[in-house]
Amino acid sequence: MNETASVVVVGAGPAGICAAKALVAAGLRPVVIDEGLRAGGQIYRRPLVDDGRSATDLYGSEAAKATRLHREFDALLPSIDYRPQTLVWNIADNQLHLTANGVHQRIGFQNLILTTGATDRVLPFPGWTLPGVYTLGAAQTALKAQGCTIGKRVVFLGSGPLLYLVAWQYVKAGGDVAAVLDTAPFAAKLNLLSAIRFDPRLVLTGMSYAARLVRRGVKLHYNVRPTGVDGSQHVEGLNFKSGAKTHSIACDAVAYGFALRAETQLADLAGCPFRFDDRDRTWLPATDDAGRTSCKGIYLAGDGSGIAGADAAEISGELAALAVIQDSGMAADPRRMSVLAGARRRKAKLRDILEKAFPFPQNWFDQIPGATTLCRCEEITVSSVIDTVHGNDLRELNRLKALSRAGMGRCQGRMCSAAMAEILASTQKLKLPEIGRLRAQAPIKPLPLSLHEAGS
Amino acid sequence: MTRRFSADVAIIGGGLVGSSAALALRLAGLSVILMDKGFCGAQASGVNYGGVRRQGRPMGQLPLSQRAHQIWPQLNALIGIDGEYQRSGHLKLARTPEDFAKLEHYAETVKSFGLDLELYTGAMAKARFPWLSGNIAGASLCPDDGQANPRLVSPAFAKAARDAGAIVLEHTAVHAAVHTNDGFALQAGADCEITCRFLINSAGAWANKIAAGFDEPAPLSRIYPSMVVTEPLAPRLPVSLGEEGGGFYCRQVTRGNYIMGGGRGYALADPDFSRPSTTAALSVMKRATTLFPHLAGAHVIRFWSGTEGQLPDNNPVIGPSGTTPGLFHAFGFCGAGFQVAPAVGAILCDLVTSGETATPIDAFSIERFRNMSSQHNEKKGTHNEMVE
Ligand SMILES: Cc1cc2nc3c(=O)[nH]c(=O)nc-3n(C[C@H](O)[C@H](O)[C@H](O)COP(=O)(O)OP(=O)(O)OC[C@H]3O[C@@H](n4cnc5c(N)ncnc54)[C@H](O)[C@@H]3O)c2cc1C
Repeated sequence: MNETASVVVVGAGPAGICAAKALVAAGLRPVVIDEGLRAGGQIYRRPLVDDGRSATDLYGSEAAKATRLHREFDALLPSIDYRPQTLVWNIADNQLHLTANGVHQRIGFQNLILTTGATDRVLPFPGWTLPGVYTLGAAQTALKAQGCTIGKRVVFLGSGPLLYLVAWQYVKAGGDVAAVLDTAPFAAKLNLLSAIRFDPRLVLTGMSYAARLVRRGVKLHYNVRPTGVDGSQHVEGLNFKSGAKTHSIACDAVAYGFALRAETQLADLAGCPFRFDDRDRTWLPATDDAGRTSCKGIYLAGDGSGIAGADAAEISGELAALAVIQDSGMAADPRRMSVLAGARRRKAKLRDILEKAFPFPQNWFDQIPGATTLCRCEEITVSSVIDTVHGNDLRELNRLKALSRAGMGRCQGRMCSAAMAEILASTQKLKLPEIGRLRAQAPIKPLPLSLHEAGS
Repeated sequence: MTRRFSADVAIIGGGLVGSSAALALRLAGLSVILMDKGFCGAQASGVNYGGVRRQGRPMGQLPLSQRAHQIWPQLNALIGIDGEYQRSGHLKLARTPEDFAKLEHYAETVKSFGLDLELYTGAMAKARFPWLSGNIAGASLCPDDGQANPRLVSPAFAKAARDAGAIVLEHTAVHAAVHTNDGFALQAGADCEITCRFLINSAGAWANKIAAGFDEPAPLSRIYPSMVVTEPLAPRLPVSLGEEGGGFYCRQVTRGNYIMGGGRGYALADPDFSRPSTTAALSVMKRATTLFPHLAGAHVIRFWSGTEGQLPDNNPVIGPSGTTPGLFHAFGFCGAGFQVAPAVGAILCDLVTSGETATPIDAFSIERFRNMSSQHNEKKGTHNEMVE
C-alpha cells in the first residue's frame, strides 16, 4: 500500500521551511522532501560537512537569517516527516513519485506545497561550454557547500543581484576576483535609488557589495557583451566588449548567469495552468495571493512560483501553509494572512525595480555567432536552431524542440529553454508569450535505469 | 472572413498516413489540401518508437509492409532527408521455449514473402549477439528490417507535400464534412470552407468521428504506448529489438540514446494528450537491465507516450468507404503504422487516381465492421499486439 500524507512540502529552502513551520504550528505533521543533503535551500545552503566556517563566513549580511532558519528547521525535526536526499521526479493522480538511494517510492497527498526554487537563467555565449565556466549559482554552491572556489582567478559575468553578491563572497573568502562584468549599463543601477523605500537594508547592502569590490581593487565593467573564452581544454581568459571597447582578461574560471528562472516542472506535471510573466520573461504557474493554484490541494511558494528572493520566499511559504490550513477547514489567522499578502505585494514591487536595475540583455542574440552552442546536452548550435526555425517556418517552442533536438537532452531544457525561446521569438519577430512553453515530462531529472520499487 | 479552398483531394489528418498520401497525390498531379488539427506529424507519427519492421506482422499485412519496405530507402529522394532510416535488422526474442516455437512457426508461415528470417536457439543467439544477457530461449532476426526517427520523418513528409504544392493547413481541425453532388464540403478551423472531389480520412485515433459522420462507425479505441529514453551511451546495440508477446522493445539511436518501450500510458483530462505510466516505465527499465547488463549505471532522461488508434482484430482500416463514393479511410494501425504508412499513402493515391490498387487490402475494408454493435468498442490492453 502506498502511504497518503495530509500535507507534503517539496523543497526545504526558506519557502519550504516557513511553510513547514506554519503547518506544524497548526498541529499538522507535514512530510518535507528535499533533494539536498541538508535543509536551507540554495541561499542558506549548508556545508556538506561542518568545516569550522562561521555563519558570517558563509552568509555574510544574511548570517542572522540563515542561522535562524536553520535553527527553526532543526527544531521542527521531531514534528515533521523529513526526507532529505530525495528527488520528487513526477506527479500523477495526486501521488508524488520519489527516488532516494536508487529506490522508487510513491506517496499520495491531500495537499501539496511546491517550493522548488530556481536555477540560474543561462544564455549562451561563445565558449560557455568550456570547462571552467560555471553558473553563478554553481560558483556559490562550491563555496558554501564544498568550501572551495571554482578557480584561482575568477571573472564574474552577467546580470542580477547575485552577480555582485557572489563576487563579494568570493573576495571575502580570499578568492581572486579578476573582474565583475555587468551586462547592464551603469545608468540602470540608478533605478535602485527608487527601490530603497521598499527595502532599505536589502538595497543598501546590495549596493555596498559593488562599493566594497571596488575598494578591494576589483574592476567593474558595465554594458558588457562577452565575445569569447580563451583556452582549448580549460578557460584561460575572457574577451568582451564594453561599449565600443574590446578587452581581454586572464582568468581560469568564469561565473555567469542572468538572474534566475523558476523551477516549475512539478507544477506543470501536476496540471497547474500557467500564465506568462513579463518581468521574468517566462511562463509561471498561476496562483492567487496566497499561492493557491486552480488545482485542488496544490499550492506554490518561493522562487518556484516566480522569482522574488529569499525574504519573499519566507512570506509566501507561510502564506501557502496558512492557505492549506484555511482550505482544510481549520482556523487560520486572517489578519496574519492579509499582513503577509501585503508584504508579498511590496516584495513584488521591489522585484520590478530590481529587474530594471539588472535588466535582461535584450539584444543578446544579435551578437552571438551562429557557431555558439545553444543546447549543450545535445550539442546543438544557435545557427542550426535558427536554420530549423527558418526551414520549417516554426512558431512554437515544442515543435522547435522536436525538430532541432535542442532541449531534448539530460537537462530537458532547464538550461537552454530560456535562450531557445528568445531565439525563436526574435528570429520570427514574435512576442515570447506567442511561442508557447516547453511541456514538462517526467522524470524531471535523470533517473538511474536500475531504479527499483521499494521492496522489490 | 471565410477562407475558401477547393481541390481535387482533401485530407483530414497530417500524420504520416495523410502526409504521405498528400505527397503521392501531388506527385501524381492532383491538387491537395492537407489539414491537421495540430501540427502535422506531432501525434502518433511523430512520437512513436521508430521501429520500421515487417517481422511479426500478420500475413495479411505483409504485402502492404513489403510495399513500404521499397519506399523507406528512398526517403532522401522523396523528402530530402534520410530520417535516420537504417536497415539495422530487427531481432525478436523469445523468453520461453513456447515463445520460440511461435517464432519458428511464424518464420515457416511467412517464408514466401522473402523476409529472410534467421532463427537462433538460446545459446546461438548469445553467441551471435554477445551484448545480450538474461533468459533467452531463442530469437528470430529479420536482417533488412530497421528503424528511423519519427520526429524527423513524419513532419518532413508534410513539408515535402507542401513544397510539392499541397496546401497544408495546420491548427485547422475539420469539424464537419458532408457529401455533395460533386464531391464533399468541409468546414475546418475557425474560418475555412473546403470543397473537394475526393476525401481521405486519415485522422488517426480521432478518425472514427469522421467515419461515423458517414454512417460507418468502426470499433476504434485508443492505446497509449509508454516509452523511455536514456542519455546517449556508447554504441552497442546494433539492431532494433522486440520480444514475442510485445512486452519490451528497444533500439539505440545514432546519437547513442536507448529508446525503449512496453506497457501502456494513459490519457489526460484532454484525451489528446497522454502520459506514460510510471509502472510501465519501471518495468521496461527493469527488463532493460536484465537484457543489457552494460546499461548498469546509465540514466533515463525522459518518458513519453502517444495516442494511437486500435481496432479489435489488430488490423487497420484502409480503403474506400462502404457508404460514400469518393471517400477513403486509413486509420487504426494498432501500434504498428509507422512502417506501413508510406505505402498506405501510395495506396490511397492509387485508389483516388485509378479506383484500384495492386496491393491486396480487402482484409482492411471498413465494411468488416458493418452491423457490429458498439459494445465491441471496448477492447483494452488484453491483447498482446506488438507496438514497434
Ligand atoms: C508511442 C507509440 C509507439 C509506436 N511505435 C511504433 C513503431 O515502432 N513502429 C510502427 O510501425 N508503428 C508504431 N506506432 C504506431 C504508429 O505511430 C501509428 O500507427 C502511425 O503513426 C499512425 O499514423 P496516422 O497518420 O494514422 O496517425 P497520426 O500520426 O496520429 O495522425 C493523425 C492526425 O490526424 C489529426 N486529426 C485528427 N482529427 C482531426 C480533425 N478532425 N481535423 C484535422 N486533423 C485531425 C491529428 O492531429 C493527427 O496529427 C507507435 C505509436 C505510438 C503512439
